[in-house]
Amino acid sequence: MSILQLLWYGVIALLFAIFLFLDGFDFGVGMATRLIAKTPAERSLYMRAIGPHWDGNEVWLITAGGAMFASFPLWYASLFSGYYILLFLTLVALILRGVSFEFASHAQTPKELNVWQWANFCGSLLAPFFLGMMLTSLIQGVPMDAQGNIWANFWQVCNWLSIVGGIATVYFSFLHGLHFLSLKLPADDSRRMLHVSSKVYWIAYPALIVFVLLAFFQTDFYRARPISTWLITVVILLATVAGHWAATHVRGGIAFIATGITLAGVIAFIFNGLFPRVLIATNPKYSMLIKDAAASPKTLSIMTIVLVCLLPVVLIYLIWSYYIQRKRLSAQDISTGESGY
Amino acid sequence: MIWAASVLDLSRFQFAMTTVFHFFFVPLSIGLALAVAIMETIYVKNKNPLYKRMARFWGKIFLLSFAVGVVTGIIQEFQFGMNWSNYSRFMGDIFGAPLAIEALLAFFMESTFIGVWMFTWDRFKPGVHVIFIWLTWLGSTLSAIWILAANSFMQHPTGFEINTQTGHVRLTSFMAVVTNPQLWVEFPHVIFAAVMTGGMVVVGMSAFGLLRKQHRTFFTKSVKVGAWLALVGSLLTIGAGDIQTRFIINDQPMKFAATEAIYEDTKSPAPWQAVALINTKDKKVTGSIEIPYLLSLLSYHSTSGSVKGMNTINKELHAKYDKKFGSDMNYYVPVKTLFWSFRFMALAGVLTALLTFLALIWSRVKKDTLADKRWFLWILGICTYLPFVGTTGGWLITELGRYPWVVYGLQTIADAVSPTVTAGQLWFTNIVYFLLFCMTGGVMIFYARRTLHQGPEDDAPVPSAKQPAQGHTAAKEAYGA
Repeated sequence: MSILQLLWYGVIALLFAIFLFLDGFDFGVGMATRLIAKTPAERSLYMRAIGPHWDGNEVWLITAGGAMFASFPLWYASLFSGYYILLFLTLVALILRGVSFEFASHAQTPKELNVWQWANFCGSLLAPFFLGMMLTSLIQGVPMDAQGNIWANFWQVCNWLSIVGGIATVYFSFLHGLHFLSLKLPADDSRRMLHVSSKVYWIAYPALIVFVLLAFFQTDFYRARPISTWLITVVILLATVAGHWAATHVRGGIAFIATGITLAGVIAFIFNGLFPRVLIATNPKYSMLIKDAAASPKTLSIMTIVLVCLLPVVLIYLIWSYYIQRKRLSAQDISTGESGY
Repeated sequence: MIWAASVLDLSRFQFAMTTVFHFFFVPLSIGLALAVAIMETIYVKNKNPLYKRMARFWGKIFLLSFAVGVVTGIIQEFQFGMNWSNYSRFMGDIFGAPLAIEALLAFFMESTFIGVWMFTWDRFKPGVHVIFIWLTWLGSTLSAIWILAANSFMQHPTGFEINTQTGHVRLTSFMAVVTNPQLWVEFPHVIFAAVMTGGMVVVGMSAFGLLRKQHRTFFTKSVKVGAWLALVGSLLTIGAGDIQTRFIINDQPMKFAATEAIYEDTKSPAPWQAVALINTKDKKVTGSIEIPYLLSLLSYHSTSGSVKGMNTINKELHAKYDKKFGSDMNYYVPVKTLFWSFRFMALAGVLTALLTFLALIWSRVKKDTLADKRWFLWILGICTYLPFVGTTGGWLITELGRYPWVVYGLQTIADAVSPTVTAGQLWFTNIVYFLLFCMTGGVMIFYARRTLHQGPEDDAPVPSAKQPAQGHTAAKEAYGA
């Protein structure tokens, strides 16, 4: 394994982690439109809170996919064709969520608005669920052949570990969304978000314990790389406790960072356990390794140059776009504001 | 029987469906972004609020197009891996990089600045705010370069070698991939077609607006901006197409011969067949209307020169590739589809140029009679859809004309498909995608029409009684209730 291959393995992990950190709260806000908001106007306000940002956040997933294609084409090919239906369902959910913002802004009757707010909710709920399922079913091994084709049947993809993984992703996205809203909504609503969050957090502990137990028995992560795996597990747990504490003590900012770390921690957990593989086959000799899946050194070095040149620029204007729109919203924002794309 | 369709057929159908549908919105978004950017720039220059209203109104149509374009674009990013995994393995070393660069360079830019542009009309000075729509347009244009760089490699591979161990393509020169001659004849043609599309949609929708006899000044001015864009865009598209055609004659002779339905080598000078009855089974053209000299003129810009027929090219291809791909390969592309696609595409371009030229003549300041020519407004209105005929035709020629290759001369379409995906899965995804596309496309057209009927904001008949057509009307009503 060359240093560039290692670097790009890290970059892919980082891109997925940033995606979950950022789009995770968009998903959570989408869930909150049904689970917390009581009126269509409140739902519109929530959607307005992520209106300027969700599309840019989703691009991190597109970038992760493209970067995976560029740096590990064999991984990209096997993973996406092997997890065909789960990935397809994720895409359908993302499509529903994606059109809902623009279409809702054109709605003129409560019924019409309701349709697109439901589309937003369903998309926001199902996308992290299917994506979480895909990422966690990845870690327990699937039947593969020497060409790297994955021949997994339905139950090898859809099982206890992956379902719990999907639910956990949904669950932490929801908390993350509540914390984001606590930073964007008027003071009253903000307190309400954190109040709900501090209650909902209690379910996190049993869910995490179940996940760790399943991962312990279903994967080789805790045996193959015990130190780092336990370390990441502890970080996820600490972030959960810290987030809970912050939500209870009405510290929206800290709570937001904490749920973000938890979500990114899940990606770290998966990528740390996979290493030095990218796909785990039930027959270990067919597992796909980083060094076998990688693109040529030439492609990797060109991609490295591109990344080093472009990523800082992207980060600067992304942060700037959040900065100029950092103000809390008020109820007037949906009546005077722009379309809630 | 259709139910017996193979994994290959279903995968090809899915790729055609998803890319054609996506490609309705790509040129439209790029073209409309440019139109909106120009309108807002005029507003910044002359401070006439009419142009601000124009930018905001056409901005709404642009956002609708962009929304559907984004969600159908996500599919593109993933379907290479999902349906064409062997292709992805074979081509990954070259194909992935442009896609990743596209995301990093273009998608972030357009998605971020479109968000800023939408929500900061009141927060920035007009001179600053207009920059955001220009950056959005720039982002979408840059994305076209990179996706076409990837496509161009599939049409005309450059800068690679075959890895003898894996049999996969390996990058040898990134510069060669980016300076691929195919890319630089394809990109101008596509980008000018996008300008034409955006312009023509503004013209056509404005014509419908004028037919309703409201907002006459607003829609007449819109027609002018749109018509200039569509006129310049269509003429440049035709010019770029001419350059591209003369590149393809040598590079992909089969594609060219098929668009002209030429089976046997022509005489010199070669006549052009305007229409033809094609018998693909016997490989014969049974009846055609010919215009003498024209094909030589089009192909070589000369009054002489013969064009190679498909039968000759077929023999050449067999001689060249039989060793590697076997002698039972079929090198004949879908002739009828290419022949008619080309004619519809060319007709769409020429008609657009003609119609927008007339629109400009009849809306000139001194003698503006456009709004009174209702027959002409009807034609313009219906021709809102015309550029999509052109862009789809062009896309079909480009992609089907590559048959049987997915990467020209290197990999066949049949070898590219995912071995693990089943026909059942493909039926399921095809049907769901189809329904989703009908839904999103239908809703988009419905909302665009409704936006048009409500006319530009600030211009509504009784603004105080009921809010003009603006976002969240329903939410506001719900608040009031």
